[in-house]
Amino acid sequence: MAVLVTPECIGCGACVSICPFGAIEMRDGKADITDACTQCGACIDTCPVGAILRGKEEAKEVAIDKDAYKNVWVYIEVVEGKPKNVGFELLGEGRKLADAKGEKLAGVLIGDKVEAVAQNVFAAGADLVYLVEAPEFAHYNTDGYTATFVDLIETYKPSVILLGATNDGRDLGPRIACRVGTGLTADCTGLGIDEATGLVAWTRPAFGGNIMATILCPEHRPQMGTVRPSVFKKPEPNPTKTGEIIKVASKVKAEDIRTRMIDIMKVCTASCNLEEAEIIVSGGRGLGKPENFCYVEELANVLGGAVGASRAAVDAGWKPHMHQVGQTGKTVGPRIYFACGISGAIQHLAGMSSSDIVIAINKDPDAPIFKMADYGIVGDLTEVLPILTEEFKKIKAN
Amino acid sequence: MEIVVCVKQVPDTTEVKIDPATNTLIRQGVPSIVNPFDKNALEAALQLKEAYGGKVTVLSMGPPQAKDALKECLAMGADAAILISDRAFGGSDTLATSYTLASAIRKLGNCDIILFGKQAIDGDTAQVGPETAEHLGVAQVTYASRIEVSGDVARIERESEEGYEIIEVKLPAVVTVIKTLNYEPRYPSVKGTMKANRAEIPVWTAADLTVEEGRLGLKGSPTQVRNIFTPPRRVQGVIIARDTAREAVAELLQKLTEAKIV
Repeated sequence: MAVLVTPECIGCGACVSICPFGAIEMRDGKADITDACTQCGACIDTCPVGAILRGKEEAKEVAIDKDAYKNVWVYIEVVEGKPKNVGFELLGEGRKLADAKGEKLAGVLIGDKVEAVAQNVFAAGADLVYLVEAPEFAHYNTDGYTATFVDLIETYKPSVILLGATNDGRDLGPRIACRVGTGLTADCTGLGIDEATGLVAWTRPAFGGNIMATILCPEHRPQMGTVRPSVFKKPEPNPTKTGEIIKVASKVKAEDIRTRMIDIMKVCTASCNLEEAEIIVSGGRGLGKPENFCYVEELANVLGGAVGASRAAVDAGWKPHMHQVGQTGKTVGPRIYFACGISGAIQHLAGMSSSDIVIAINKDPDAPIFKMADYGIVGDLTEVLPILTEEFKKIKAN
Repeated sequence: MEIVVCVKQVPDTTEVKIDPATNTLIRQGVPSIVNPFDKNALEAALQLKEAYGGKVTVLSMGPPQAKDALKECLAMGADAAILISDRAFGGSDTLATSYTLASAIRKLGNCDIILFGKQAIDGDTAQVGPETAEHLGVAQVTYASRIEVSGDVARIERESEEGYEIIEVKLPAVVTVIKTLNYEPRYPSVKGTMKANRAEIPVWTAADLTVEEGRLGLKGSPTQVRNIFTPPRRVQGVIIARDTAREAVAELLQKLTEAKIV
């Protein structure tokens, strides 16, 4: 175990309560680190007498030639011919990582007749596009996309791969990482380079958004992560930028794909396209009853925004899950986020804290949401929302 | 039909609080529960068994106290439960966890469908299901809200960002289940609870599985936690409390206009 307790331990127990994984127990008046330890090091900084140390790392067998892996790749998710925003958001971040490492940035495009998207990928900063087209890729499918992506990795050996943490991205990412035997950090909200090692530092919320963890993948390549949509801003496109398209023939046969798409049912209207929305009006249990969601919808309607809901409102059956904002719902980053009757539980904040401006409306002046809102109104939603809607209508009319 | 459900015992993260003085996690008094999404998966398994017959086996990898989680699953109606526990599994990331689970599922032998919750509420990775499918070499469907089986094909309603997809998959397959009214977890019956309390839960250690030691626990985990910190908080802005809603809205709009937000 790489984190050690020295005999200087005074048995104060400070480390026991701080350990996010509950991996420290008091035994015979001394701290004892159990096998739940993930070596995160939270206890090391807490110990008042410096009795917890990071021991020597166990020498891992280096199975691969890490230097053979170069360049940063971004998976460009395309649905019905349209690239999702998150791909461009990640090209912006990928560009920074590639520049810091002195490597190239590439977009990975898999689909049926998606070559036209390549120009947008270059405009967002990519130097290269790996393009694999085949009729089998008309819709996302785990088997075909995994085999294709893994084939690209084995041929071209990237050092870093970013995927959007969409439903399909989180279906595909682990399948690829497992097949190539590398690490994958899920659902990241922060990316950087670890100064000491030059590795990608993947930062993500855990424990329902209560803590953030920074993860490294030291000995395996590529370093992979899925990154939440709407956390990073799309780069300003540069339409004159060009790049090289590397066309790779598909090796996937129709019979390799063990799933079959029978039907696609769209329940979502513009009002639940939360990831791409500029303005979101969200409602929670503070609305009092499901009928009062109409006030939220009217305001969203006037502002041309999407409608969100807290987990409590979704659990109560007031809104379907696809409207849910939070750690287990959608992550959003609009220009303006209205939180109406939402108390502001940590798991909710984990889904919306990258909003530019947060406006909270709540009856309870002590609601935690006010502690993080840019503007707050203490008041009755059924009175405030209709007036707000009316005023915005007037502003729009002018 | 042989059905396997993989469950995780997790701290109830909705009960976790941050100590405002030290800005650290308060773990004391936080109950350990069966991961809520895993209960949806177990409910789906029980409904599949009711519809098509068969057996539901629940697997959990974790410390000895994870037996409590398995007992709850037995009380809900699972037929058998196995704990996979060994110090050698400590510190596993998703790759090592899924490797270990996959070897336990192989030891179980024949199974038609392997269910997981869509993600665990402590790690929130949603990776162990798909990675287990990959280790086993079987197909997967994630984010399922309804599962129907006919012959060796499952027809699955899969949640997407914009609605649903209907996907057919040839069994055996891994399916991860979302929170859905279709699979609202049942309460344990009195009889089930009594039976669960009496049940001896077998424990499989690394020695019981066909595994390579270097692929277990910390050693088998490509990812490492570098550090842990509490999320940066946004700062509080302007709070408007007025006698009437109209005054409050007027003030808000004035401030938004001054700040050039509208």
